[in-house]
Amino acid sequence: MTRVVVWITEGTWQGCVDAAGRLAPEGATFTLLHVSDGAPAEVLHGAFGGLLGRGGGHDPGVAVEGLSGPAADELVRAAEERLGRPAAQVLRSGDVEREVVAACADAELLVCARDGAHDRLGPRSLGRWTRFVVDHAPCAVLLVWPDEIPGVESIPPKP
Amino acid sequence: MRVHNGPAAEVISVVLLLAVLAFAVVRPKGLPEAVAAVPAAGIVLLAGLASPAAVWARVLQLLPTVAFLAAILVLAHLVDSEGVFDWLGSRLAVAARGNSHRLLVLTFAAAAGTTAVLSLDATVVLLTPVVFATASTLRVRAKPHVYACTHLANSASTLLPVSNLTNLLAFGATGLSFLAFSGLMVLPWLVSIAVELGVFWWFFAADLGGVGVAEPAGPARKTPVFALVVLAAVLVGFGVTSLVGLAPVWVAAAGALVLAVRGIRAKRVKVRAVVVEAAPLFLLFVLGLAVVVQAVAAGGLGRVLAAIVPGSPGLVGLLAAAGIAALLANVVNNLPAVLVLLPALGAHPAPGIVLAVLLGVNLGPNLSYVGSLATLLWRRILAGKGMVPTLREFVRLGALTVPVSLVAGVVALWVGLLVAGSTR
Repeated sequence: MTRVVVWITEGTWQGCVDAAGRLAPEGATFTLLHVSDGAPAEVLHGAFGGLLGRGGGHDPGVAVEGLSGPAADELVRAAEERLGRPAAQVLRSGDVEREVVAACADAELLVCARDGAHDRLGPRSLGRWTRFVVDHAPCAVLLVWPDEIPGVESIPPKP
Repeated sequence: MRVHNGPAAEVISVVLLLAVLAFAVVRPKGLPEAVAAVPAAGIVLLAGLASPAAVWARVLQLLPTVAFLAAILVLAHLVDSEGVFDWLGSRLAVAARGNSHRLLVLTFAAAAGTTAVLSLDATVVLLTPVVFATASTLRVRAKPHVYACTHLANSASTLLPVSNLTNLLAFGATGLSFLAFSGLMVLPWLVSIAVELGVFWWFFAADLGGVGVAEPAGPARKTPVFALVVLAAVLVGFGVTSLVGLAPVWVAAAGALVLAVRGIRAKRVKVRAVVVEAAPLFLLFVLGLAVVVQAVAAGGLGRVLAAIVPGSPGLVGLLAAAGIAALLANVVNNLPAVLVLLPALGAHPAPGIVLAVLLGVNLGPNLSYVGSLATLLWRRILAGKGMVPTLREFVRLGALTVPVSLVAGVVALWVGLLVAGSTR
């Protein structure tokens, strides 16, 4: 049975889910993975500290930490609904690219999306995290376009 | 009482200031900053490092400023309790139509407006969580939008004298009216925001590229008409009252009072919360810090700064003033930076130089996300490890935006001064 991890990210998850449903082999098991980036909350903790005691004790970093869990949960549930078959749901947080690689330890296939420029065929169609994940993934990678695939004529000319 | 001004007195003043600043960075046991600043101000008085008359005059001079700050903090809290920020978030979600680039532009507009009118604290504390929730509702990546709020809380705080405590502290020194100040700052404000938007667009290309939910489901928010009308009245009031020489504190206090009475009657707001939101301990910290800085500024450090900071508002002078201010704001925090720099500008500084200093202390802090490099260093020590890569990303973003927006903002100020004929 092929173990497939689908990396769910905001903005590109639909393309990944659709490709996973369409292209994964018969009888595959699915894990929907979401990794929350802790940086915005940390930045907000810091910005709140910079107010030197103003802000009535309402640390926006704490507010964002409280919001990000349910938001990730809701996104992964929406992904399962779109996939239309049962899937394990894994929510992680931390260094996004490393968490994704770690979550693929037992997987045979990782489905993820190009998250860079996607109005033409490369270059820079991969964001920083995706480039790291594709480079380091311990399994096969299915790299999908998040929306319409640009025509082959959109490839930049030879330098 | 005899006032001491020898080398020993100068050293004590500087040590006191460093102790107050170090305490504010370290915050031992989470104690408020005033715990060090108020006793330090007491030592300044008791040791005769400044004359009681001069200290009293300084405190009296600062009272309208700290009172304004208290009023605007309370006003922002009450505006939030009326649902203005939740409403704003729902409007952003609908107007973005699932497009992350469009949401970024809208977030820039919302953060710039909030910062200008309700000061930077409102953007950091009240707007940012709403923007995060909006991005989550649209299922687009929140990071560019959250970082836009933290950046604009600084870089959009240059427009009005009321947008940042630093502006309020320096406003008197400019000798400008409320409208003249805003008129000269509007161009630098627009230019630095445009620079930020351009850099964000490029820097976050990967995060902004996805497809979001075009028609987000969510509770329909009723437009908080009353609070919006009060806010508009306060904004107009700032301009109008300045024409008759009335301090902006009265306008902000009136707006806060109207919303407080309404909130308390509706049992939505508690009196205790209003007092807490006014940040009384922070206000004491500002007064204490100002007294300590007064003692330092009268000594050698003040003379050194006075010799370094340029007095002529030509383009080079403006750039140098803004650069020194940005540097100092990053070493400590922009609040002590502006308190130290103002006396160094002399009794009657050219308005352009004061405005350039404000551009420096307001835009500069975007180099770090915690207000100063001292605080950043301390947080790293606390964490016991190097900066995580994602935070390095934020600092890199600051390194890209701050020099460009600062230079562009100062050039815009210089152009504005030329047009207004205010260079002297």
